[in-house]
Amino acid sequence: MLEIERVTVVLGGATVLSGVSARVERGGWLGVIGPNGAGKSTLVRAVTGLVPYQGEIRIAGHAYAKSDQRRRARSVAYVPQRPVLPRSMSVTDYVLLGRSAHHAYLGAETSRDRRVAAAVLERLQLSAFAKRLLGELSGGESQRVVLARALVQEAPVLVMDEPTTSLDLGHSQLVLELADELRREKGLCVLCAIHDLTLAAQYSERLLVLSHGHAVLSGPPAEVLTEANIRRFFEAEVEVLEGASGLAVSPVRRRAATPRHESKVRA
Amino acid sequence: MAIAAAEEAPSVLFDTAPAAAPTIYPTRLRPSHVLVGVAFLLAAATLSVLIGPADLPAGAVIKYLLSKLPFVHLHSGLSTTGAIVVWQLRMPRMVLGGLVGAMLAVAGASYQGVFANPLADPYLLGIASGAGAGATIVIVEGPALGNLPQSALPPAAFIGGVIAVAATFALGRARAADRSAASMLLAGVAVSAFFVAVQTFLMQRSSPGDLTLVYGWILGGLSTAGWGQVGLVLPYVAVAAAVLFACRRLLDVLTIGDEEATSVGVRASHVRLAVILAATLGTAAAVSVSGLIGFVGIIVPHTIRLIAGPSYRRIIPLSLLFGAGFLILADILARTVLSPGEVPLGVVTAFLGAPFFLVVLRQAKRLG
Repeated sequence: MLEIERVTVVLGGATVLSGVSARVERGGWLGVIGPNGAGKSTLVRAVTGLVPYQGEIRIAGHAYAKSDQRRRARSVAYVPQRPVLPRSMSVTDYVLLGRSAHHAYLGAETSRDRRVAAAVLERLQLSAFAKRLLGELSGGESQRVVLARALVQEAPVLVMDEPTTSLDLGHSQLVLELADELRREKGLCVLCAIHDLTLAAQYSERLLVLSHGHAVLSGPPAEVLTEANIRRFFEAEVEVLEGASGLAVSPVRRRAATPRHESKVRA
Repeated sequence: MAIAAAEEAPSVLFDTAPAAAPTIYPTRLRPSHVLVGVAFLLAAATLSVLIGPADLPAGAVIKYLLSKLPFVHLHSGLSTTGAIVVWQLRMPRMVLGGLVGAMLAVAGASYQGVFANPLADPYLLGIASGAGAGATIVIVEGPALGNLPQSALPPAAFIGGVIAVAATFALGRARAADRSAASMLLAGVAVSAFFVAVQTFLMQRSSPGDLTLVYGWILGGLSTAGWGQVGLVLPYVAVAAAVLFACRRLLDVLTIGDEEATSVGVRASHVRLAVILAATLGTAAAVSVSGLIGFVGIIVPHTIRLIAGPSYRRIIPLSLLFGAGFLILADILARTVLSPGEVPLGVVTAFLGAPFFLVVLRQAKRLG
């Protein structure tokens, strides 16, 4: 479904991604992990057509040129890391922006566009918010609305750039579960850059590790997320625990914790 | 695959059967808003042709104007002079005021959309200074340039405005990798400074009589309005208004930023170019006959935002109606406050606009 072949991105003279290849099948979930500055967001943005790249990115066999952004938008939906949410725009208007590639360029939304948007709002339990303004929503509600705007594109590929950055654990789970349900039920193909390794392990079928713009490792979470690999690529000391729903990565203090002063504890 | 599906094909991802989910509707232009806009414009236009130094009976003026409609035969009782005053002086002035007001308001709204800046106005990219320099060249250097007539002023102002905006574009887009709105704004500041310098240089060398003419033009007005000028401006305003009207939904898409607009299939840079070109050409044409009339592009769109919300689907068409009505009313003030003399129209709009500007600023602060 999504094929990334030897993709290189040069920004401002610096090579940010270097010859990265990956593949995600229909109904697959590829988690992209790596330390800060590894090129995760750049890979996601290249797939969305937001940065120029060398190499080839094919979606269902099609490679899209830069001028083909309208067709690309019908194939790839994008959830940005820091979405712009105009405070006085209504949820309905915002979500319907995602239908821009489906109706006439200068035209208005068709009844089908409205039906798709209504169905997505319903599915994401946002129908009650349809008339609310974006400025009135909480962080978790906002992120669901952003996901809704991406899903109304009806694209077979969903790319997400750190979708849980500003969310608490519960809302992080909710957003990822929604994407996961659509993946399982409808064969949505998901590419998700994420820094939380536990969430990455629990939702991804496969993981791709980027380091300094290179793809250094890929495979199922159990193979990739070993304590040795995490020490090597993230320079972090962790414990990888096996839970009922997958792996959990827990940081380990480099020095043993020292007991706090009793008076400070009381204070 | 869902992508290539026909218009009414079921969605692969969601159940879109008509009864599956409650219907939702995007923001649309409300008939009530349009009705109020049309009524406001008609009232302003009617007042404009009824009010003037020549004491003409209102009933006769209205009958005369109705008799101009096809298939309407009425005897107005207006004298020949009265008819000339209405048809050759008041009507073209009212129509020109409407066209200029509509253009400045819709251009202001559009600039605010493409630059994501609530205080952007139609003169942002250097039109005012370019047109000012063009007009000053004709006034000051006209005699030296083969005795240029005063009728050369509008085309010179138009050309000056267009050259200034073209220079802004060339500078703003010089760096291929950085075609952001901010670089365009900075280029506009630099180009404006240059053309103001040209104008100041010329004014310093001019006679006191020429200075009065230059200031008269800079402060704006419609006192010389005629059907010829209406004919000159109309095609530009019509094309510009049509393009901006067509782009109103795309202006809404731009409010989520260039990257996200691109991700939903809208090329932000292309939309911005089309909108700026249309708004600029229309504004240059308007300015060429009316001089520099400020604040219309800020007062009108912001009032509409307060009443009708932030969607450009409403702001663009309503700016056309309310902008036209607003400038016609401002012009009535301009020619009646010191009658039989006239206050420059730009001074009237500035008197109204400056306090309004502060209200907008306070509100932006409160919301922010």
